[in-house]
Amino acid sequence: MYERHILICAGTGCISSGTISVKDALENELKKHNLQDKVRIILSGCHGFCEKGPIFIVYPEDIFYCEVQAEDVPELVEEYLIKGNVVERLLYKDPTTDMAITSHDEIPFYSRQKRQVLRNCGVIDPESIDEYIIRGGYVGLENALKMDRMGIINEVKSSGLRGRGGAGFPTGMKWEFAYRSPGDKKYVVCNADEGDPGAFMDRSVLEGDPHAVLEGLIIAGLAIGSDEAYIYVRAEYPLAIQRLKTAITQAEEYGVLGENILNSGANFKINIKEGAGAFVCGEETALLASIEGERGMPRPRPPFPAVKGLWEKPTCINNVETLANIPLILRKGAAWYSTVGTESSKGTKIFALTGKVNNTGLCEVPMGISLREIVFDIGGGIRDGKKYKAVQIGGPSGGCIPEDLLDLPVDFDSLTAAGAMMGSGGMVVMDEDTCMVDLARYFLSFTQSESCGKCTPCREGTKRMLEILQRITKGKGEPEDIPRLEQLAAAVKDSSLCGLGQTAPNPVLTTLRYFRDEYEAHIFDRRCPAGVCKELLSYYIDSELCTGCRACVRVCPTDAISGERKEPHTIDETKCISCGACFDRCRFDAVKTK
Amino acid sequence: MIGSNTTETHPVIGYRIKMAKNKGASLIVADPRRIDLVDYADVFLQLRPGTNEALLNGIIHVIIKEGLADKKFIREKTEGYIQMSLAIQKYTPEYVERITGVSAAKIRHAARLYAGAESAAILYTMGLTQHIKGTNSVLAVANLAMVSGNIGKPHSGVNPLRGQNNVQGACDMGALPNVLTGYQRVEDRGVLSKFRRAWGTKLNSKPGLTVTEIIDGILRDEIKTLYVMGENPALSDANLHHVLEALEKIDFLVVQDIFLTETAFYADVVLPAAAFAEKQGTFTNTERRVQMVRQAVTPPGKAKPDWFILQELAAKLNLNWSFDTPEKIFREIASVTPDYAGITYERLEKEGGLQWPCPTEKHPGTSYLHKGKFSRGKGLFTPVEYRPSAEEPDEQYPLILTTGRTLFHYHTGTMTRRSDSIDVHKPEEMVQISIDDAARLGINEGDMVGVTSRRGHVTARATVTEQVPAGVVFMTFHFHEAAANLLTINEVDPVAKIPEFKVCAVKVEKIEA
Amino acid sequence: MISLTINGQKVEVEPGTTILQAAEKLGVFIPSFCYDPDLTLVGACRMCVVEVERARNLIASCCTPAGEGMVVHTDTERVHEARRANLNLLLANHPLDCLTCEKTGNCRLQDYCYLYGISETDFSGERKDYGFDDSNPFFIRDMNKCILCGLCVRTCHEINGVGAVGFMNRGFDTKVSAAFDDPLEDSPCVFCGMCVDVCPVGALVPKQSVGKGRPWELATVKTVCPYCGTGCGLELSVKDNEIVGVKGDTSSPVNRGQTCVKGRFGLGFLQSPERLTSPLIRKNGELVESSWEEALNLVAQKLRRTRSTELAGLASARATNEENYLFQKLLRTLGTNNIDHCARL
Ligand SMILES: Cc1cc2nc3c(=O)[nH]c(=O)nc-3n(C[C@H](O)[C@H](O)[C@H](O)COP(=O)(O)O)c2cc1C
Ligand code: SF4
Ligand code: SF4
Ligand code: SF4
Ligand code: FES
Repeated sequence: MYERHILICAGTGCISSGTISVKDALENELKKHNLQDKVRIILSGCHGFCEKGPIFIVYPEDIFYCEVQAEDVPELVEEYLIKGNVVERLLYKDPTTDMAITSHDEIPFYSRQKRQVLRNCGVIDPESIDEYIIRGGYVGLENALKMDRMGIINEVKSSGLRGRGGAGFPTGMKWEFAYRSPGDKKYVVCNADEGDPGAFMDRSVLEGDPHAVLEGLIIAGLAIGSDEAYIYVRAEYPLAIQRLKTAITQAEEYGVLGENILNSGANFKINIKEGAGAFVCGEETALLASIEGERGMPRPRPPFPAVKGLWEKPTCINNVETLANIPLILRKGAAWYSTVGTESSKGTKIFALTGKVNNTGLCEVPMGISLREIVFDIGGGIRDGKKYKAVQIGGPSGGCIPEDLLDLPVDFDSLTAAGAMMGSGGMVVMDEDTCMVDLARYFLSFTQSESCGKCTPCREGTKRMLEILQRITKGKGEPEDIPRLEQLAAAVKDSSLCGLGQTAPNPVLTTLRYFRDEYEAHIFDRRCPAGVCKELLSYYIDSELCTGCRACVRVCPTDAISGERKEPHTIDETKCISCGACFDRCRFDAVKTK
Repeated sequence: MIGSNTTETHPVIGYRIKMAKNKGASLIVADPRRIDLVDYADVFLQLRPGTNEALLNGIIHVIIKEGLADKKFIREKTEGYIQMSLAIQKYTPEYVERITGVSAAKIRHAARLYAGAESAAILYTMGLTQHIKGTNSVLAVANLAMVSGNIGKPHSGVNPLRGQNNVQGACDMGALPNVLTGYQRVEDRGVLSKFRRAWGTKLNSKPGLTVTEIIDGILRDEIKTLYVMGENPALSDANLHHVLEALEKIDFLVVQDIFLTETAFYADVVLPAAAFAEKQGTFTNTERRVQMVRQAVTPPGKAKPDWFILQELAAKLNLNWSFDTPEKIFREIASVTPDYAGITYERLEKEGGLQWPCPTEKHPGTSYLHKGKFSRGKGLFTPVEYRPSAEEPDEQYPLILTTGRTLFHYHTGTMTRRSDSIDVHKPEEMVQISIDDAARLGINEGDMVGVTSRRGHVTARATVTEQVPAGVVFMTFHFHEAAANLLTINEVDPVAKIPEFKVCAVKVEKIEA
Repeated sequence: MISLTINGQKVEVEPGTTILQAAEKLGVFIPSFCYDPDLTLVGACRMCVVEVERARNLIASCCTPAGEGMVVHTDTERVHEARRANLNLLLANHPLDCLTCEKTGNCRLQDYCYLYGISETDFSGERKDYGFDDSNPFFIRDMNKCILCGLCVRTCHEINGVGAVGFMNRGFDTKVSAAFDDPLEDSPCVFCGMCVDVCPVGALVPKQSVGKGRPWELATVKTVCPYCGTGCGLELSVKDNEIVGVKGDTSSPVNRGQTCVKGRFGLGFLQSPERLTSPLIRKNGELVESSWEEALNLVAQKLRRTRSTELAGLASARATNEENYLFQKLLRTLGTNNIDHCARL
């Protein structure tokens, strides 16, 4: 009998910060102290708090150690496991109060969350189907097997679940379409392409709880009458792929997958297809083209995949997170599920919180929570006491939300109304040091280079928008650039073929909507209010700090700096070309920007 | 598809086959070479050259044995089934495998696929006919189509793909020794008297000689004057040495052509003709569709359209012909040819092409034959036995040479070789040789090789390819520099008199630079 | 039947008919670049967008099936705005050398710019800058002019089945090319030229036509290909008694505009300097030029003197029906049936 379990997070984030060497060190230490039979090491899926990894939790006491490195392990074993003294320096500290917190429930990052989909992530061994089953796994499937197709579909419909892949289409309805499409062969496809830079919730679910996705897929197959599925995973997710493969083998051994599932007569086969790694391959029709071995380019809809999808057969495509919700709905019922959320958006949503907040990582929150709660409670507020400026939701297809909309309840419709979108759940928090024009430029350069190149508005339009933004951030903007951008954005949004082009202008449109003054400052005043756009900075020397060392005078290419030795210097703005050489050179931080 | 490298010889039909395939049709390809269409095929039957009839018999055997035959069709629309089925008994897939080299399993698969289809068409080209037993192979194809009821309905039937633009028309027009226009037999008294009346002249009722017989006739001194209009036997006929000898020998040779062809070198008189875009007229394609050919430019120099030259010549011969337009000639054709009777220039202009039989001016034309019943009444099954080719490989000449066309050139190259861009792109013959044979003979891609048969010798570059199986080499007959027909054999099919271009024994040697 | 309203007019169409086809039925014009009813519908160029009531975005009419009760507007300001923006964007990335462009007068980009009054682009910025591909003797590929409609790619894949060209790269760098961006000469291309025929702009230009005349100067003659027995319809462009262009005849039921390399690019023999331009008679072993009179007299004399059993003629599978007819009539009138041609070869 083990006395203790130690969970070390083996999500991709923690692995890169040292999980494996921590585990090796722990195994050695345990042996050294002859504890290997008393303490069991479990490599778990992602805990979401990757920023603080590797995460190291000791059960049953639930002591949450973070940022543990191999050299910390001897101390942890001797001090804590043997002597029972909590190693305080490895505990999590509340960024506002600086108080050490021992248990993971007390950490605000976790306490405000509602971990439904992530319930198993970081808790079970993702390579063990038994652990999944002990925590209620495959009960949903058993229930589904007792229902008829429409029964399953109705359950999903009344749960109110909407697709988590971006568009938020009601999942039950999608299933019904696929079910009602005539066809002797149908497919279910799991979209695990997760192309949104910065999002990694799908990866975490696949790595931490792969069986939940499999169970969701099998239930979807039962519902629409399909016996074959594809999981389209990006090739950059080797760990997820490996865990999925293990899970598929186990599920087949346990008879929940393969021929004659749980003696029901139903068959189901799951194939894994490694993605080509383009953002646009996440778009459902491009994804299907890619599975078929063609170049990943979107196709016009209709026909929708539910009618003519993979190899022209009716196909139901769902996102990883969507599917991971399914076992819960089938296990606990639609009524239970729909207690969480808002009128139009039920359940929870996982966000990848990044940017200028104190706590970054994955968080799963109930729909309807306010942005303020996410940023300030879960995220622990803005780093370094700076001011909040905006949060970009929905990745490159989304939009940014300013301070006065912080109390907006997070659900599909309110975000869309605000010009952003739920997207796959990327959430980047920005503080006062972010230039919103530069931000729009950044996202647009991403969408432009990821545009599949098929349709004119997206391929050519994003390029010209990007060029205009580049011009503005370089201080070469023209007054007509704003209306030009608006017109172009409208045309691209209105006439592009797929979601990529239709949403690519969103970052531009929302920044123009909420931060128009920043654009105007760039264009009319040749000034970047956030001090980001290098070509637009104006430099001055703080006479308090300047020692008159003359270092700056020597590097200025235009002789714009003058002043006596050991006296404060000054910059002649008419000569300065804003190259920033003096700024980089000054050892006393006396060169300032405005 | 049997014996037809469609994507190269009939590219546009090749596109259609591929498009049909993409729409879900099944495709069976039987060919000694791994031709492009094999990539699209459900079954590829890579048979030894010269074993077509055996393969076809094998397929029929399976269809009958497995009860896949269309018994109603056979009962109601055909005769001779019993004899044919008796003859077929010994062609078990296993027996056929020994002859053709195609596995019994594949033969069964092909048979089921063909007979199981709602409608199935057979397409063939010279790969089937250019053998001493070509006629038999065609009969075997007909047997196959009839056994499965695949004749006389849309998207089915037996479809020979005609090699040249107007080979169908030339036959329709009676450019054959035994028939007048529309396959009306010269021995038929009624026919002959009709033509006598129409033409106002005496006519001979004895069938004449075929090309090969004409050549032999020259060598035997029986033919003294030869008039060649737009043909190049000096490059296209089998066993060229034999032909060249005849051309050398003949008393008087008239060649009417657009170029000074290899044949024209031997001529006593050469008449310059207009090419297709320099004259008006009609062509009939492989689907029996008569189409208008229109003049775009004038002929160069003193060249004249062939019909004009013939009219002038007739005048010199004091024949009272008065054909001043092609349309006038066509009207006469329609008046003596029931199948063409309903076709006029006016209709062709208005309706586009028309497929014969088109007996009246109201008739819309006929898109497929043998609808309802066979043209001859009942479809006749003919037992076909496999016979080896005239020349099988032996120790001295261990390889089989088979000939054909490539995409970029055409026939004897009279036209393509003189179309700059094409000749720049594909300027020379490439003898295809298998990887195995090349390795054995020490031949690398691009090496010069000598190809020798009992009849002749040519040199050309070799290309080492997966297209041909071991034991087989392939050449085209487009290039006079390496005329493959110097090698081929002048054995002919006893009925159709088609030479055996597709099989002869050769040896290949590398020529050291 | 499905009934819908286009620009206020009601129209009934078969299920599966696209909005564009329904509009065609009413004679309502909708511009398009990437649409070809014989190919997969891709909805790439977005030139054909129309406004459909209750739809959030503009709808590509070429690939959207007409729906029952749909209300469509093809000429609203919003539609025109989108089309103008589209043309503007294409023009921003297209050389403006119409004066020397081979396609002038027959270019859809030009036509639509004219239609929507776009004389120059609003956008300065980067333009594509690729080299020419003139590696093959048949046609030039100038990808700077390509508007990426994909017609050539689909034609090559779906009609020819060769798939010699495809899309490469993404975003602004998207380009149509052979695998590895090799010159076409080194690709599996069979030079059927069908891509050249479908290209709506001057990106693919047959070498034989360069500098040989503007479309309005050319006469078009429809005829039948002189090569294989398929009998494909060809459309010849003629100027000053010279054939300066060849295309597949889209109205031919045989090939519906399709061609192979021989028909499309193999008619150069007509203008070959080796063509026979005068009758020749063998004198002292040499073939020397003669008049028609002399040559025909000689032939007539020989024919008259040859006994009918010693006479033979070979007709031609390349000559017309009329000519073959006259040929056999002539020989048969002279008393022989020794007539054949190369059907067997
Ligand atoms: C450019 C683009 C990229 C997309 N990328 C993803 C993705 O990475 N993952 C995903 O699940 N859905 C993505 N989608 C959404 C899919 O097209 C599709 O809506 C989704 O897979 C449907 O699943 P759901 O209904 O479960 O959300 C993307 C859409 C677009 C337009
Ligand atoms: S909108 Fe962009 S990504 Fe989508 S099809 Fe068009 S070019 Fe491709
Ligand atoms: S010429 Fe024909 S084969 Fe070559 S790229 Fe064009 S369509 Fe394809
Ligand atoms: S080359 Fe022509 S046909 Fe091909 S994509 Fe470009 S514009 Fe279209
Ligand atoms: S013609 Fe419709 S999108 Fe191109």
